[in-house]
Amino acid sequence: MIEATEVSLGREALTLVTYLAASVLFILGLKGLTKAETARKGMQHAAIGMLLAIVGTLMKQEIISYSWIAIGLVIGTVIGWPLGTRVPMTAMPQRIAISHMFGALAATLVGVAEYYTHMRDGIEISRPIMAALGFEVLFGSLTVTGSFMAFGKLQEILPGRPITYKGQNTVNIGVFILTLLMFGYLIVNPGAQVVFYAMIAIAFIIGVSLVLPIGGGDMPVVISLLNSYAGLAASATGFAIDNSLLIIAGALDGASGFILSIIMSKAMNRSFGNVIFGAFGAAPESAGELVTGEMKEISVEDAALQLAYAQKVIVVPGYGLAVAQAQQIVRELADQVERRGGEVKYAIHPVAGRMPGHMNVLLAEANIPYEKLLDMEEINHEFSSTDVAVVIGANDVVNPAARSDKASPIYGMPILDVDKARSVFVLKRGKGKGFAGIENALFFDDKTRMLYGDAKSTLSRLVNEMKTV
Amino acid sequence: MVEPVAEMLSPERLALANQFLKLFVFVLAGFVGFLVITRVPPLLHTPLMSATNAISAISIVGALVAAGRGHNPVSTILGFIAVICATINVVGGFIITDRMLRMFKGDGGKK
Repeated sequence: MIEATEVSLGREALTLVTYLAASVLFILGLKGLTKAETARKGMQHAAIGMLLAIVGTLMKQEIISYSWIAIGLVIGTVIGWPLGTRVPMTAMPQRIAISHMFGALAATLVGVAEYYTHMRDGIEISRPIMAALGFEVLFGSLTVTGSFMAFGKLQEILPGRPITYKGQNTVNIGVFILTLLMFGYLIVNPGAQVVFYAMIAIAFIIGVSLVLPIGGGDMPVVISLLNSYAGLAASATGFAIDNSLLIIAGALDGASGFILSIIMSKAMNRSFGNVIFGAFGAAPESAGELVTGEMKEISVEDAALQLAYAQKVIVVPGYGLAVAQAQQIVRELADQVERRGGEVKYAIHPVAGRMPGHMNVLLAEANIPYEKLLDMEEINHEFSSTDVAVVIGANDVVNPAARSDKASPIYGMPILDVDKARSVFVLKRGKGKGFAGIENALFFDDKTRMLYGDAKSTLSRLVNEMKTV
Repeated sequence: MVEPVAEMLSPERLALANQFLKLFVFVLAGFVGFLVITRVPPLLHTPLMSATNAISAISIVGALVAAGRGHNPVSTILGFIAVICATINVVGGFIITDRMLRMFKGDGGKK
């Protein structure tokens, strides 16, 4: 497709070599992530791959003007730098959501530029290319608005609760079918410009309506799904502009998002479709068995005393930990227990927090060695030998109704067996229900004691108290 | 590089073959991705997501061409915005991933 002289052919080959190297480095980078010890180095390899690919592209014969490129690179760096260095770890979910938006927007714009240029010059677009362009702008634009909505909900610019209206699913499915029809029409008639741009507009609307009915606790699935879409959009770009590196990188991203979505759905014992179309967080049809009894409070002094003499403590963090930004003080509490010869571990449920792995990042930030951060399967058998389990801002992931109550909306969801510990402290903001709006029998258990209030201040009072014990 | 084949095939067949070749690349890369990523421990799922996000900012490659080929003003402007967006993810994505991974420290083998 390129009119190649001997010199430019050599240059083109060099560009392709950088792309090949980048592909290999990307895969090696991800392979590094399979172990905590090799992860950092792996990602540095991936970054080198990215740099190579950019330099390789800048050498391309097609590029004749560098002024816009240079300005764009500078502006992008100026915005990207603080997004990389300044954003606190507690804000990671919204930070990732907004970056999905940027990635998808880039892919969409490249697709539109490609389509526009062909149409302007009257160059026919072949059907396979049109299919790729269609996928690119479809996935791209719905990810742009979807990610922005997710960002808005996580950043609390938009209400975090699910927004639903009557007939929502019918409308969504209708719009979806309409889009598919338009896409099909475009593949047959690539020159139908109005349809192309209208399809983008509708895809923007799909993105909004996809995330609108989704509540905070379902965010891990949605963010993973959007991650996957952004990757697929990048991959489709590769098909459209004939670039294998884009296809590979996009496929890796797509696979990653897909795997994470499945893991997250499984951890909630719900199907993909149920998360997307279920609007779970709205009002559960059945709240499950009524839990009777009363929640028993404990004073900070008594709790501190019990922790001081505990041999084994398991901390169960939830989204409340991130909200209260209590990760540092959790470590201080653990230090107090360990100072007295006790052992502290951390039990991480896959959907604790608002995105996959969020709790691990927060606790690592507080300098807790990662060996102590254990997955649900690794730690569940240890609760029975635990003196005190400290639940911080987690609710549904420790609700025993998931095991026993068939009527409960969360029945079947794998949970942390906190109720098997000898005693349980629950740090909770107030007496309200969890995200799913379900009563939690654990809180009414005889061995459970409640510590109400902001997690951070409760924890620091506990730490101070323990220092004097 | 596809010149000799082009003499034997009609343009449509060549386009189709080319698109299928890309499909092979896509499927195989997805497969590799699947095999590697299923082995990433839940511990590192957040860095994984920010890492793949940074990697998929490779669409900067397409953005650079659109912004720099000087073909028409619309392409240049759209490409320019795309370069900004992709650069945000390249720079911000790799930095924040490294920042996270730097925090994951072992206990040095002690229990």
